[in-house]
Amino acid sequence: MAEAPIATPIEPPPLPHTTRPLHNLPPPFTHHALEPLTQGAEALVYKTTFLTPHTPVVVKYRPPKPYRHATLDRRLTKQRLLAEARSLVRVKREGVHVPGVLGADWEGGWLVLEFLEGRSVRGVLDGWVKGRGEEEEEEMKGLMRRVGKEIGKLHGLGVCHGDLTTSNIMVRTPTFISTSTSTSTPTASSPLHGKQTPSTLREAAMCGDEEPPPHPSSSSSSLLLHGDIYLIDFGLTTSSIQDEDKAVDLYVLERAFAATHPAAEPLFHQVLASYGEWGGKGARSVLRRLEGVRLRGRKRSMLG
Amino acid sequence: MASVKTFTLPHYEAYPVHVALFTDVTNAPFLRSQLLDANPDFDYAFLDASMILSPSHLLSATFLALHTFLSAPTRKKTRTPHSELVFRLSPNNNIGESYKKFGIADNTANVIAVKLPLCPSTSTSQDASSEGNGYEKDEAITAESVGKHLGDVVKGTSVGLREDGDELGAWCDVEKVRKVYKLGGGEGQKGKKSGVANGHGEEKEGEEKKEMESVILGTIALKGS
Repeated sequence: MAEAPIATPIEPPPLPHTTRPLHNLPPPFTHHALEPLTQGAEALVYKTTFLTPHTPVVVKYRPPKPYRHATLDRRLTKQRLLAEARSLVRVKREGVHVPGVLGADWEGGWLVLEFLEGRSVRGVLDGWVKGRGEEEEEEMKGLMRRVGKEIGKLHGLGVCHGDLTTSNIMVRTPTFISTSTSTSTPTASSPLHGKQTPSTLREAAMCGDEEPPPHPSSSSSSLLLHGDIYLIDFGLTTSSIQDEDKAVDLYVLERAFAATHPAAEPLFHQVLASYGEWGGKGARSVLRRLEGVRLRGRKRSMLG
Repeated sequence: MASVKTFTLPHYEAYPVHVALFTDVTNAPFLRSQLLDANPDFDYAFLDASMILSPSHLLSATFLALHTFLSAPTRKKTRTPHSELVFRLSPNNNIGESYKKFGIADNTANVIAVKLPLCPSTSTSQDASSEGNGYEKDEAITAESVGKHLGDVVKGTSVGLREDGDELGAWCDVEKVRKVYKLGGGEGQKGKKSGVANGHGEEKEGEEKKEMESVILGTIALKGS
């Protein structure tokens, strides 16, 4: 037996040349003014101010990917960024609660979005499961009905979210809380205020954002349950008239509920009930389709 | 001497923007003719105050105008920074139409004047090409110089602006703005009805204006995409 020839060590290919900065922020943004919030596979998310020094915003920056051809990279970045931004503006115009778009540069790869103060539904659910107070049952149900309403409105417009998880649904702190508690009981509200969940948070689990919430029995947290529901992170959004895509949206959310805690699962029925009311004509058939998706999983056209 | 408020936009701190508001302006035709003659002394963005919903509305267009003129391969659509500002306010891509809708007309009484601290690069052509934009900061432009010149040429009452500049939206004709940006008319009627039921009405109106502003900012940010 001849000995196998020793392979020459494999060297990583040199970094391809790119004209855009690599994890350096695009001008005019600089690192000292931006506070990193989170990052996903495609985008880096920062918090900063925009237009006035006291308007908090989120900057979502899609850095160039050096392993792609520069032309292709620019085109993909532009397409995805614009798909997200256009969808946000379109559904905002129709009255769905989503963060507003304040600025965009599709050549530079950044998008400026409204900053929402509050917490994700995932965080709220986790807190609710931990210290489950029966008196909050009704409030949670109300919250879930409003979640279903927002999704129904979105789907009614023929827009699918594409990544509908509990981390991508925010409960916005009602304005009267931030004004009233800041004067009367600053200490009680501080855990809530200290925790600001980013609005374009794709991988909420990644950044360890969901630390134990404040005691659910405290007044500020039950007041939080009255906050408005906002859908965030439209990075994977598609315009679709197909029931299948909408049903998959709901299915993904259902799985996210089930993954939180068995106790959270009944709450999802509230979401569906409210969805049926607000989703317009198509809602019935979407819900019927959901039955089918449940049986087979979300990938329909998987062959081989 | 007109009262001028200087806005410092986050991320473009080096380029303070000077804004002045005038009411009861009587010489709008004169100001407009100077713009049409491209008189270099009248290099301002003169805007119709009834078309500006809020300070954010104006500042957003200002930011975009600055950004297009200062980013490395320039993506300007118009000749000067000030015309870019007017153009950026408009929801469509017609420059002339932007001026008709947002710029001053002969009968405009309430005027917002904006001065951007930019001037064509005086450096050698080689430098300009390396930067690629041909515009740089004009150090000569200060709040005093702008206020003095505007006070001399604009015949009207100068209105002082507070820190947040809320006065900029005070002369807005909301229905006109709604029409230009093609925002649903149904909401307007609802707003009027709830306005009658006092107390809650004002709060709701503010909320509605916020929603409107958000959609408008999105529209102008995505223009040209």
